[in-house]
Amino acid sequence: MAINWKTYPARGVYDTLLAAPGEVRPVASGLCAYLASLSEKEVRDRRAAADLAIRNLGITFTVYSEEGGSIDRAWPFDIIPRVIARGEWARIERGLRQRVEALNLFIDDIYHDQRIVKDKVFPAELLADSKNFRPQCVGATPAHGIWAHVCGSDLVRDRDGTMYVLEDNLRVPSGVSYMLENRLVMKRVFPELFENTTILPVDDYPSQLFDCLSSLSPRRGRRPEVAVLTPGIHNSAYFEHAYLAQQMGAELCLGTDLVVGEDDCVYKKAITGLERVDVIYRRIDDLFLDPEAFNPDSVIGVKGLFRAWRNGKVGLANAPGAGVADDKVVYAFVPAMIRYYLDEDAILPNVPTYKCVDRKEREYVLANLDKLVVKPANESGGYGMLIGPQAGSAELEAFARHIRHDPRNYIAQPMITLSTAPTLVDDHVEPRHVDLRPFVLSSKATYVTTGGLTRVALRKGSTVVNSSQGGGSKDTWIVDHEAG
Amino acid sequence: MLSGHAESIYWLGRYVERAEDGARLANVHANLLLDLPRKYTFGWAPLIAITGGAGLFAELYREPSERNVVRFLISDEKNPGSILSSLACARENARLLRDLLPREAWEQVNELYLRAKQDAGHSLAQGRRYDYLEAVIRGAQQLTGTLAGTMAHDYPYDFLRLGLALERADMTTRIIDVRSANLLDGSAKSDDGPGDLAPFETIQWMSVLRSLSGYQVYRQTVRGPVSHADVLRFLLTDTRFPRSIGFCLAQMDTLLRRLPRSSAITRDIGQLVGELERVDFDRLDRQALHRYTDELQIGFGTLHDRISATYFLTGPATPPGSA
Repeated sequence: MAINWKTYPARGVYDTLLAAPGEVRPVASGLCAYLASLSEKEVRDRRAAADLAIRNLGITFTVYSEEGGSIDRAWPFDIIPRVIARGEWARIERGLRQRVEALNLFIDDIYHDQRIVKDKVFPAELLADSKNFRPQCVGATPAHGIWAHVCGSDLVRDRDGTMYVLEDNLRVPSGVSYMLENRLVMKRVFPELFENTTILPVDDYPSQLFDCLSSLSPRRGRRPEVAVLTPGIHNSAYFEHAYLAQQMGAELCLGTDLVVGEDDCVYKKAITGLERVDVIYRRIDDLFLDPEAFNPDSVIGVKGLFRAWRNGKVGLANAPGAGVADDKVVYAFVPAMIRYYLDEDAILPNVPTYKCVDRKEREYVLANLDKLVVKPANESGGYGMLIGPQAGSAELEAFARHIRHDPRNYIAQPMITLSTAPTLVDDHVEPRHVDLRPFVLSSKATYVTTGGLTRVALRKGSTVVNSSQGGGSKDTWIVDHEAG
Repeated sequence: MLSGHAESIYWLGRYVERAEDGARLANVHANLLLDLPRKYTFGWAPLIAITGGAGLFAELYREPSERNVVRFLISDEKNPGSILSSLACARENARLLRDLLPREAWEQVNELYLRAKQDAGHSLAQGRRYDYLEAVIRGAQQLTGTLAGTMAHDYPYDFLRLGLALERADMTTRIIDVRSANLLDGSAKSDDGPGDLAPFETIQWMSVLRSLSGYQVYRQTVRGPVSHADVLRFLLTDTRFPRSIGFCLAQMDTLLRRLPRSSAITRDIGQLVGELERVDFDRLDRQALHRYTDELQIGFGTLHDRISATYFLTGPATPPGSA
């Protein structure tokens, strides 16, 4: 017996599978009993089978280095799934729908009447300083009034098990392909578990994404031409771009494959000549999207693309400017937005957030820097963060200077003790911290992935789950344990 | 189909074929060296000229020793025409096509390159060189087989085959050229007396056929002795053997007729085929053969330029519907 739950140290944190050492949560009972029944050799074999499947399926992420060019690394994966009960998931899903609906109303409002500013719910000066507010988008009317068609929100559980929203990714969130591939790998490695447990499927995402994108087509009554726009092979998410294009039957384009005509329509350069494109799922940041409208030095964008979108000749997902709500300071206002636009209380709470732009809150942050986590407003991927309790005095002082110099750019949050999940380390299991990134599609209708991507910090004690910094992932099971 | 994709998959075809045929070229050359009496051999230097890398070689190496030439042709990534460089380029093009290629094909390209790079040292050891080159040939065959058996046979696959066929035709002329560089005419006289090379004539043409996996088909098709004129006629004009130039041109013609805007290119192909038909193989001596293969290579270059201008460049400057 390789896995012994009685010695698993589920203490002091919330563990997703065990309530206490030896005390398996009901939703995970089938899984845990099964894992405990495997011999050491069987565990090793399953793990090797998973590694082989990942290699054979070509599941990679790209790391770029100056010397070696771009390198494909196998996706780090842990074979022990993370489990959530169906009943709890239903509530989380409602919370995500509510949140994304409010975020879309907020973005649309910001680029039109700015009622939320006039009503003094959202401070005007925050908007003026926002790095992701695009004045070019003011007055634009994307289809269905939706700006953030694909949203990936990061959820974390604290010590007591409460699920919080940590941040919303509204620009070009990635990871969904790994969610799909993780399930494929698990089915190959543990087919018997899928036979005996009711695990909700995840495979629907590519067709849901295609439907979502199709509904943005400016031309009605014909099968829309959908393209995925990628920055290219050196991008760390290139695998995902190619994967989604392949799964949707859409064409994967580089900026150089597309051209905007004087008629403001977007065309792809095809062997038969130019062919019109109706919808572009762009995986390029706003600023590089179109040298004519944004950064003139961009070589990965398409000249005139913004004009085409403004004039309603092409659908873009996500809409340019949607990132205005993808900002850690704006994040702090989401519960207020939900009340303002929907007249509801937020189903999913925010992590308590101190806005350094507010004088009182800033003073609190500066006085308690060693207890807080400080994040810059517009960085992603875990870069530029301060983890107070783990930082040395020089780092604390440096951050205090940063905050005083540019308070708008920083928020602080109490240190959340991220929940853990049993993770295979050599030949036994140890707790490792996890988060969860579900994906929400919005257009005519809203779709939420069943579960999402569970990311796990593979280094002991680490809470950084990003794949660029030693993170891996797990399959996420939404289990109907009452159905057996 | 995107022009960018068409270009990438065409180049994928060309580079894979270039790697495979480069390996065949090195193999046939090594065999010829073994077969020939020592005083007639020209070493490895002619291969540099045949693959068009003389200038670069002179920059990178001091002398055309066997080791240097072999390294230059097989594993030197500074030589864009080396086998390893071709595989690297095939891989970079395949990476651009990840949405289009079957997964296992991407895996195979990836592995083929990584393995060739990892084992590059083997190509320098005479005793392991054959196995190394053979592994490259097999890997390339496996990849084209996978693509044939799993891809939809429409435009993307057509462009792949176009690249394969054009590169193969070109490389077959180069492999024939190796023969002409290595051997005087069968009737040539040396100081030791008349025609003492004649005994080697047959063996050498057989080894050219073998390097192209064409010996069996030749035997089945020609049903005569292995002679200089018959082998050349077979390799240049046969329309059933897939590595003969006649076959490659016929295949390109068929592929192009399925593509839009191809009439100018198929006219060029018709011209090349017409010239092939007029060659008098019984009278083709070494110089004439060398001249003729040069002409063919120029013809293939023109075909490439036309394909590129028709399908890969950006299409019409003004999109339809413009004011």
